[in-house]
Amino acid sequence: MITYKQKFDSLSSGALIPFFVIGDPDLDTSFEIVKTAIDAGADVLELGIPFSDPIADGPTIQKADIRALDSGVTPAKALEFIKRVTEYKDIPIGLLVYYNLIYQYGIEKFMLDFAAAGGNSVLIADLCIDDVDEVKAAIEAAGLETVHMVTPNTSDERLESIVEKTSGFVYTVAVLGVTGSRDEVSDLVNPLIKRLKAATKTPVCVGFGISKPQHAVDVLDAGADGVIVGSRLVKIIEENLDDKEKMIAEISTALKGFRDAIDNR
Amino acid sequence: MKHTGRYGDFGGYYVPEVLIPALEEIEKAFYHFKDDAVFKEELESLRADYLGRETPLYFAKRFSEYVGYKVYLKREDLVHGGAHKGNNTLGQGLLAKYMGKTKLIAETGAGQHGLATSMIGALFDFDTKIFMGSVDVARQSVNVHKMKLCGASVVPVSAGSGTLKDAINDALRYWCSNLSDTFYLFGTAAGPHPFPEIVRYFQTVIGIEARKQILVKENRLPDMIVACVGGGSNAIGLFSGFLEDESVKIVGVEAGGKGIDTTHHCATLTKGRVGVFHGAKGYLLQDEVGQVFESESISAGLDYPGVGPEHSYLKASGRAEYVPANDEEVLDAFEILIKTEGIIPALESSHALAYLISMRGKLDPNTVVVANLSGRGDKDVGIVEEHRPLK
Ligand SMILES: Cc1ncc(COP(=O)(O)O)c(C=O)c1O
Repeated sequence: MITYKQKFDSLSSGALIPFFVIGDPDLDTSFEIVKTAIDAGADVLELGIPFSDPIADGPTIQKADIRALDSGVTPAKALEFIKRVTEYKDIPIGLLVYYNLIYQYGIEKFMLDFAAAGGNSVLIADLCIDDVDEVKAAIEAAGLETVHMVTPNTSDERLESIVEKTSGFVYTVAVLGVTGSRDEVSDLVNPLIKRLKAATKTPVCVGFGISKPQHAVDVLDAGADGVIVGSRLVKIIEENLDDKEKMIAEISTALKGFRDAIDNR
Repeated sequence: MKHTGRYGDFGGYYVPEVLIPALEEIEKAFYHFKDDAVFKEELESLRADYLGRETPLYFAKRFSEYVGYKVYLKREDLVHGGAHKGNNTLGQGLLAKYMGKTKLIAETGAGQHGLATSMIGALFDFDTKIFMGSVDVARQSVNVHKMKLCGASVVPVSAGSGTLKDAINDALRYWCSNLSDTFYLFGTAAGPHPFPEIVRYFQTVIGIEARKQILVKENRLPDMIVACVGGGSNAIGLFSGFLEDESVKIVGVEAGGKGIDTTHHCATLTKGRVGVFHGAKGYLLQDEVGQVFESESISAGLDYPGVGPEHSYLKASGRAEYVPANDEEVLDAFEILIKTEGIIPALESSHALAYLISMRGKLDPNTVVVANLSGRGDKDVGIVEEHRPLK
């Protein structure tokens, strides 16, 4: 299983990290979408398990959660899905989840099963750095890497403690707000990248509102090591629910657009 | 954060990183201003002259005769705005003002908290935005109208079940994007630290007054105190005055909806399992894998699948007991209080009364009970009419 470090060391340009909700709009289509994303040049995958109350997500990903829940996705099925993906390609997978799902599954068992499925890290959206010790032992026992979020309003003191506990990459939130497409990259992100680069050697990847290839170029120019593209892609699913071929073709085109822009920077 | 916000293992602040600085700011301001002489004086004076405190502890003679023991009602229905919610919105609104915030947001279920926030928004000239589930907007239209009259804007939330939990989700999301000038005035003793502690602090006036009043009227402590539990603010307000009095039995009444063996209820403490929701660890109505249920009750104000962490703790420790009352029992209680006392109780508060009625004839006639009449029921007359049309 490839680690984040091996992956980032092997890259000659910025990392392209698409985000999808597992099972959106259903497990089979979702698998096709993820394969397409890998074939279009994704370096790492960020995947979400749908939750009933995703408070860190804007309307686009909320709707994806609802579609996936309606199609019957459970944490157990999501783990099977991850196994299918890593069998298709050995690619690092970061999970983005809400705490209650892991809490109910059993924290230790979840981490072990996720590692067995070939996943790399579990980022819990509603578990901040002050409480990560609740899952630390389980993560270590499963041999997982760690990814934590930093936001533009994170204090220096908290930022220190976050990067110290991060082994995979720092999930750098570009905005004050929730997930969702945006027209411009916020001017909060460059100073944040700078602060992080001064504080850590761990790769810094930027997400939330990366909606256009130019956004990716901008944050990579500012020193980031990768970009996470979520709502932009999930929106394509939403807009093409009645035409799966078109859905998949457009996701491929969109990701290739990001790939080219990143590689030709 | 200075404090962990834990009640035993319950509570905490399980929120995305982006909210931490905002919660820290509120926590810091709260600990500072709650002991600030100027703040305290303004709070005291507005409590008296604006909210109309202290509220009476009323011996409900005919209702007592009906149930066969002595019932005192703590008249929070007489607080300006029509419910205990004003105690909290005045306190937090004042805090927001002292912090220099210019905008308030709040979630609301029954509309009582939305209204109480809108009132305070007008009083202190805040720009006020109320998030309310679309189902609740429809069933509590009078309160929606009142909020708008106060100058607040009401944002209907149609995601999920279109009730309180969805309104909280959207208020939290909005807050994430508007942290610098906006104060989230949380409506119940739930959510992430420091909200449960702050709401408790401003509601504890109920219990402090009630304890003092019953000692004057009965020259002894009550045998039992009873309150309805949605998120748990009116209940913790009353309970907090008596937690140390071990002889006082404490009962919280949850919404049993159509029955706790159906999926149509919000009896979180009776039927839930411990989980993490809206920033806190506590009992939660959820399916096997942890997806949160869409709760259901005749009273919009109790329609919440979570509950405040201190109630989870009081249940786990055995200090308080939590029981459900179903919709039909609640409607009976609503009617009986009006017929015996000429007081229209909120459907939320009627849950506490329903428990009292369930104990009819089962307690010694000298038993003294204090029940929290958390709000008045004018807002609910239409709903009751739908279920039980007048002949
Ligand atoms: C009159 C009344 N009582 C009780 C409640 C329930 O809230 P809590 O449990 O926070 O007191 C509400 C909520 O809207 C209410 O309006």
